[in-house]
Amino acid sequence: MSETTLSPAAVAEPAAGAAGTGRKPAPRRAVRATPLGERFVAAFLFACGALSIFTTLGILGVLGYETAAFFSEVSIVDFLGDTEWTPLFAEKRFGIWALVSGTVLTSLIAMAVALPFGLLSAVYLSELAPSRARRILKPLMELLAGVPTIVYGFFALTVVTPLLQAVIPDLAGFNALGAGIVMGVMIIPMIASLSEDAIHAVPRALREAAWGLGASSLSTIFGVVLPAARSGIAAATTLAISRAIGETMIVAIAAGQQPRFTFDPRVPVETMTAYIVQISMGDVPTGTLEFRTIFAVGAALFLLTFVMNVFAQRLARKYRRLG
Amino acid sequence: MNAPEATGRFEADEVDAWFGTKQVLRKVNLLIPERRITAVIGPSGCGKSTFIRCLNRMHELVPGARITGRIRLDGENIYAPEVDPVLLRRRVGMVFQKPNPFPTMSIRDNVLSGLRLTGALDRSRAEAIAEQALRGAALWDEVKDRLGEPGIGLSGGQQQRLCIARTLAVSPEVVLMDEPCSALDPIATARIEDLLSELKARYTIVIVTHNMQQAARVSDRTAFFLTGELIEVAETDTLFTSPTDRRTEDYITGKFG
Ligand SMILES: Nc1ncnc2c1ncn2[C@@H]1O[C@H](COP(=O)(O)OP(=O)(O)OP(=O)(O)O)[C@@H](O)[C@H]1O
Ligand SMILES: [Mg+2]
Repeated sequence: MSETTLSPAAVAEPAAGAAGTGRKPAPRRAVRATPLGERFVAAFLFACGALSIFTTLGILGVLGYETAAFFSEVSIVDFLGDTEWTPLFAEKRFGIWALVSGTVLTSLIAMAVALPFGLLSAVYLSELAPSRARRILKPLMELLAGVPTIVYGFFALTVVTPLLQAVIPDLAGFNALGAGIVMGVMIIPMIASLSEDAIHAVPRALREAAWGLGASSLSTIFGVVLPAARSGIAAATTLAISRAIGETMIVAIAAGQQPRFTFDPRVPVETMTAYIVQISMGDVPTGTLEFRTIFAVGAALFLLTFVMNVFAQRLARKYRRLG
Repeated sequence: MNAPEATGRFEADEVDAWFGTKQVLRKVNLLIPERRITAVIGPSGCGKSTFIRCLNRMHELVPGARITGRIRLDGENIYAPEVDPVLLRRRVGMVFQKPNPFPTMSIRDNVLSGLRLTGALDRSRAEAIAEQALRGAALWDEVKDRLGEPGIGLSGGQQQRLCIARTLAVSPEVVLMDEPCSALDPIATARIEDLLSELKARYTIVIVTHNMQQAARVSDRTAFFLTGELIEVAETDTLFTSPTDRRTEDYITGKFG
């Protein structure tokens, strides 16, 4: 056996090989032993990971406890069966759908804006833009993602809504439409950036296959590249929807604070997040039923995003299995 | 068009090609006769792929890539300004080294993809076209009961025949193949080689191969490239038995490459 050949025997018995040739077995020992310092680092990193897990568990615990307390006073049948939400009025009603509809409506409007524009921006950036335009546009878009949402909120209230009112005269000052559109604009960079990554990851071989069949560059993009990137695009869309559902500042400022079960984008609505803000910033004393509503709403919000994520993961897995 | 009939005869005339400033083809003059199989051989990096990618104007899609000279297909210069490369590629199909079926499409949709992507699919004839192309690629019997399943679920050799079927479905005159068997096992390779001899009745075929036996088995003519130059082209029997250039002889006898 030559010294350089790595035979099974040499692997199984490193010490013998090392002793036989007189080489130092030091590198192997460094791999096997775990010095104190390394163990400390490992423990520290574990603690960091554990911290976030315990925080999450803590949040879930409080949420679960307070929600249970809420439902000991309010029937879940009323919660899920009513469409009026008036916990601060003399005649209290606890129909969550009034808040869910506000969330769903603003999120739908936001996605209707963000999905086409985000996808088209991604297509432009990855497939069509000359490299110079790309170098300028991509950072610019990421800058857009860094604007504080409160700025978007005031933009929706003081610029977009008045502009929309010029076209839609019976649009209220607070409305789902303006808030939703601006929320969509806020989400565009997120969809564009994530989808661009997915599109970029599509192998060149597939594009060449399509070009080789005589497909134009546009039909190659829409017929081959986007379908091949669909699991990434689905993931981007999911994240964007979660972002829209959880978005707080824009809707709290521009969509109004009037819970109502409606899908009319012209009137004031209240989203689940905006309601939580309203109560936690208001003067409702803690420990009361009125205060506990925010935990029930929070739990519902949590369930909504959870179900969405599970659904989206299924979707992504199905697509991935197909390729 | 000068030729009375579209048959798929290529004439390359003083073709130079570059990637950026690097010249990879030098003054290539080559006639590719219609309805025959022309093999392109030569050591790695000599420009075989680049040459056949010039024939369907795929070379120019690489950023920085450039070509000069003339290439005529049935007498018409394919680099003339009025020629649309997209339309040209419908006449000159290409099969790649690695099978690359579209991952999101079923077997049937892969076959029909060229027609769909070009908006040329006659729906009422879709099934017939798919069957004909799959028969043409000697794949029909193996997949006829699962046309709706994903194309990437097939074996490597089947995938490559699927890619051939996809190319045949758009009815090209020429089929370019860049090492179509290099990712396949001997049995799958033999099937594709059998297929080639059937296809040449209707198509002009240009096949790049690293495998000298394959070139000798399947092709009618063979062109030998070396560092971007066409060294020799002849009837395959002649080139392999009595090459006129020393370098060809050295290459086919395995002295280098
Ligand atoms: N995209 C590219 N950018 C720059 N140079 C390239 C590119 N593709 C190929 N080349 C170079 O051009 C020359 C010819 O390449 P080509 O792919 O045509 O060779 P080939 O004969 O097909 O080789 P192989 O048998 O390995 O496939 C090589 O020197 C290669 O390094
Ligand atoms: Mg090659």
